[in-house]
Amino acid sequence: MGNYILRRLLIAVPSLLGISIILFTVLALAPGDPFEEMATNPAVPPEVRMALRAQFGLDDPVWQRYTHWLASMLQGDWGFSFVSRIDVDELILQRLPVTVAIIGSSLILALLVALPVGILAAVKPYSWFDRIASTLAFIGFSLPTFFTGLLFILFFSIKLDWLPFVFRADISATGWAWWWEHLKQSIMPVSVLGLALAASWMRYVRSSVLDVVRLDYVTTARSKGLTERVVILKHAVRNALIPVVTLVALQLPQLFGGAIVTEQIFRIPGIGSLLIDAVLRNDTPVIMAVTFVLSALVILFNLLADIVYGWLDPRISYR
Amino acid sequence: MAGSTPASATASPLGKPAASASLWAESWLRFKRHRLAYLSLWVLGLLVLAVLLGPFVYKVGINDIDFKARLAPPSWQHPMGTDDLGRDLLARALYGGRISLAVGFASMVVAILVGVTIGAIAGISRGWVDAVLMWVTDLFLSLPQLPMLLVLIFFFRDGLKAIVGPEVGIFLLIVLVIGGFRWMPAARLVRAQFFSLREKEFVEAARALGASTQRQVARHILPNALGPVIVAATIDVAAAIILESTLSFLGLGFPPDIPTWGRILFDAKDYLDIAMHWSLFPGLAIFITVLSISFIGDGLRDALDPRRVM
Repeated sequence: MGNYILRRLLIAVPSLLGISIILFTVLALAPGDPFEEMATNPAVPPEVRMALRAQFGLDDPVWQRYTHWLASMLQGDWGFSFVSRIDVDELILQRLPVTVAIIGSSLILALLVALPVGILAAVKPYSWFDRIASTLAFIGFSLPTFFTGLLFILFFSIKLDWLPFVFRADISATGWAWWWEHLKQSIMPVSVLGLALAASWMRYVRSSVLDVVRLDYVTTARSKGLTERVVILKHAVRNALIPVVTLVALQLPQLFGGAIVTEQIFRIPGIGSLLIDAVLRNDTPVIMAVTFVLSALVILFNLLADIVYGWLDPRISYR
Repeated sequence: MAGSTPASATASPLGKPAASASLWAESWLRFKRHRLAYLSLWVLGLLVLAVLLGPFVYKVGINDIDFKARLAPPSWQHPMGTDDLGRDLLARALYGGRISLAVGFASMVVAILVGVTIGAIAGISRGWVDAVLMWVTDLFLSLPQLPMLLVLIFFFRDGLKAIVGPEVGIFLLIVLVIGGFRWMPAARLVRAQFFSLREKEFVEAARALGASTQRQVARHILPNALGPVIVAATIDVAAAIILESTLSFLGLGFPPDIPTWGRILFDAKDYLDIAMHWSLFPGLAIFITVLSISFIGDGLRDALDPRRVM
């Protein structure tokens, strides 16, 4: 097992390198210039701008800058934000917890909705419950998250005035009040993101349970006299979840995309809004670091998915 | 049974075109049985007609400013109301719909062309070519899609704008970039199909008759692998429409003078409390389009997979 994880981590290294090369090349080829505003500022002579460019190595050839970036990255130096003048890793660490909390709660919400609904729909296919659930799922993943977000704000914040629609990171309350405020302002972003995910996952769960329920071993379990509950939960669902795990892992990059949108709608100061600000202001080191961290997270989750396989399906051996 | 098996009544010498025609007809019948999908086809057809012909019938300019009717709610004069400059929203939504739908279909074509080519090459060649291509596919799958789209579009739109003009430039860029990040599922699908089809008896027969690899692929394997690809293609159209509107919603898609549905929503989102209609109609347009495309995809999945029992 440990051996297997080690080997997978080693395989991940060339992928991470490949990703970082792609990202770096794209950013290096981009025509934007982080010191652009200085060019129009008469107080800054062009020589100073050139000197700054040279100091940050912006005039070197791409491969040289890449190796330089890689070397300092490996030593834990992630660079320096051109805009907010602090270290990139510090900036990311500031923003990451909010995003991870929102994404994590949405994941849990999505699983809590998708698993029971998908299983129930598959146990009685084409029943009324299945029809209603499937139709709702279709509606769910056809609604873009930015539109549901706006509808939620319109309904819960403006019409009913129940929930705040601007996310605040600096809540002054302490103790229970602090938790309550945070819960209240997270309800909308988490449900927007979680329900959108639940809609597509529910369909995966349903079709995959449907595939498994037809197999012979499930019939065997039934004919042994096991209760339907045990047959479905212990025998069918466990195997049905294997393909679902892959799909969930493969969809995680999309989840970060969804987080960017929800963070923008609800003005959550997370990593997504950091990225958008950085893109708009041409803050290359931040863009590079954020996109790279996101890609690394994706690879990490794929690895986790492979490990969960082994738990779900003992036939898969880690060699 | 050596070679003397009498041909069945249906397998006449002219059977091939007739059989393939009836295969499609059969799929069409199965598709029609999926009522929601059939209905969705009509809805989508009407929507496409509306955005194509609408601007010729509904002759209100998308940039006609009318300050007397700022943020007006829907009325007979302005069926969808107006925006903060008093521009007619129906006219803008019809015009923007053309672009949203065009982006959806064009990105799908790019994604499917790239995906089928890469999947087919990987599926037929095995060995290191397959390994390298699949590594690249996995690499693209682990690139964070939306951040990459944002970065690429933000940095390269000015460059392309200078070369081919603002509208065509941003259209090309968005289509290429969305297509360039959506081809992986199609590639994996085609490769998996090739792996199983390559070993089937009819391909082996073609090989035994001396068909070249190109002919095997073009005449025998690819046509049989197309079913799931068509389904993936429908889903790609919906995904591309959502992606384009997401980009426009984040302010990084089309410029303000090209009112795609996402762009209208982006402009409307600060007026939610006083002008609900402004964001409601473009949002509904995206929703209905994507919903009907998803249902059509679902119907096609049932229709193109004859093994499935309905």
